Amino acid sequence: MTTALAPLILTAAAGGGDDLWSRMFSFANYGELLQLVQNSVIAGAVLGIVGGLIGVFVMQRDMAFAVHGISELSFAGAAAALLLGVNVVAGSLVGSLIAAIIIGVMGSRARDRNSIIGVLMPFGLGLGILFLALYQGRTANKFGLLTGQIVSVDDPQLLWLIVISLVVLLGLGLIWRPLSFDSLDADVAAARGVPTRAVSLVFMVLLGLMVAVSVQIIGALLVLALLVTPAAAAMRVSASPILVPILSMLFGFVSAVGGILLALGGSLPISPYITTISFAIYLVCRIIEARRTRTRSFRSAGTTAGVAA
Amino acid sequence: MTGAPDASAAAHEHGHPDAPVLRLRDARLGFGGRTLWDHLSLDVCRGEFLAVLGPNGSGKSSLLRTILGQQDLTAGTIEFRGDDVRRGDRRIGYIPQQKMIPPGTPMRARDLVALGVNGHRFGLPLPRRGERERVDELLESVGASHYANAPVGTLSGGEQQRLRVGQALAGDPDLLLCDEPLLSLDLNHQREVSELIDRRRRTHGTPVVFVTHDVNPVLGMVDRILYLAGGQFREGTPDEVLRSDVLSELYQTPVEVFRSRGRVVVMGLPDTHDHHPHDDTTEASR
Repeated sequence: MTTALAPLILTAAAGGGDDLWSRMFSFANYGELLQLVQNSVIAGAVLGIVGGLIGVFVMQRDMAFAVHGISELSFAGAAAALLLGVNVVAGSLVGSLIAAIIIGVMGSRARDRNSIIGVLMPFGLGLGILFLALYQGRTANKFGLLTGQIVSVDDPQLLWLIVISLVVLLGLGLIWRPLSFDSLDADVAAARGVPTRAVSLVFMVLLGLMVAVSVQIIGALLVLALLVTPAAAAMRVSASPILVPILSMLFGFVSAVGGILLALGGSLPISPYITTISFAIYLVCRIIEARRTRTRSFRSAGTTAGVAA
Repeated sequence: MTGAPDASAAAHEHGHPDAPVLRLRDARLGFGGRTLWDHLSLDVCRGEFLAVLGPNGSGKSSLLRTILGQQDLTAGTIEFRGDDVRRGDRRIGYIPQQKMIPPGTPMRARDLVALGVNGHRFGLPLPRRGERERVDELLESVGASHYANAPVGTLSGGEQQRLRVGQALAGDPDLLLCDEPLLSLDLNHQREVSELIDRRRRTHGTPVVFVTHDVNPVLGMVDRILYLAGGQFREGTPDEVLRSDVLSELYQTPVEVFRSRGRVVVMGLPDTHDHHPHDDTTEASR
């Protein structure tokens, strides 16, 4: 990824001098820094992997917007917790789960769902801003909730994140097949005895858990970069039910861990590094897909339209 | 859950080989003040092909949902193989309307069929012994072996629909419910898909309840027709039901039924677009 960014950064460096460069990338005392942020790297790795996995279903169920809506309510919950001086992870979990369950119960059809999210989201964001405005503490905490605060993952927080991620991982594994069935064709799944409402609701709860964890790391505004982009990229290059989840987890892992490692030396927040890597992966996957489509249509001239569709 | 591999053995095990597989008595379904159908008594026996016809909103799909146990009757009874219908009965195979699966869906043809075998099962998605062979067998039986590993999103509507038939046959059903399975398919695919369904009926005696607004693609297979319209219904053989006088009475407006070269054309329906098969076939472009 660094090679892709190099020209951009070189011009920036030439214009703005060494200052900008060293603010973005600095690898002095890297070893010591790495020790300090060991927790963050572990958190990023876990988040990237499990987020990539759940993203496959987020894409199949067309729920990218829902992820964004949940993350805003998660932000409101976290901000409230900050204001009240209680555990921020717990606060964001509460907000997240309330949003996920409301969306799951009321929005079984895509149209209803989008309007409910459209109504919930600004309300959540507004509440969050209110709580932050009332909060008298460190301003870094405030911004962290929106744009990420990964550098400061302490041991208890890391334990939370890992336990929750494992719950999500296990939960997804247990409902994998019925959830795939329901995502593909809910009517047929119901006819075949899949408890579709229950499965959807369990999925929403797992999604809520995952969003709450992600908000801690990458921030409410950027959650999509780990819960949607990796899966969207993977689905561009494969349609295998095994390869897509694996690639998506790999992309999530590379984005999260790569972003943290790159950002380490600079003085900037980590989120832009993560979002840029995940976006770059997505671009590369699109290019690969486009090339494949082109060669395929050359091979079978005359059916170009069919392949493109 | 009889688990009998062969439908005829299953019927004998039940005690009455000729007992109707599906039995409605004095059934009524209404929503609010509106009655979709009333006093509907119906037996569907082994090997029978029942086509359910009628305009939009006449309660065709609601009838299927009732059989699937997803919709309660307002009055009367409905039994499947001697017991009240229940939700998620895997002895019923369900073939839905063809809706295009979005490209990029991470699923191959064989995975769609496999959902019929194990899609209802919770637990880690580890393959079980024999499942792969079962899926291969089903793919073979619907003529889909040569695209078994193709991503479903790249397949045509007809190819996807064959897979849905395969998926519905996975549970070795005692009854096949089809909800407009030919909708938006071109004529060739309509014929192929309906022949797959009919073949199951002839080889295994599996009765078919086939909801459609165009009877022509299946006219040669249909034993009986249930025609729903305006809160009423008529039931009988195609020759008994698809007649000008019968349908005029049902619609309470003059309706003309023409038959030419094995096709039925109904003219003068209140909502005419519902009975023009060609409207659908022209829309069948993938």
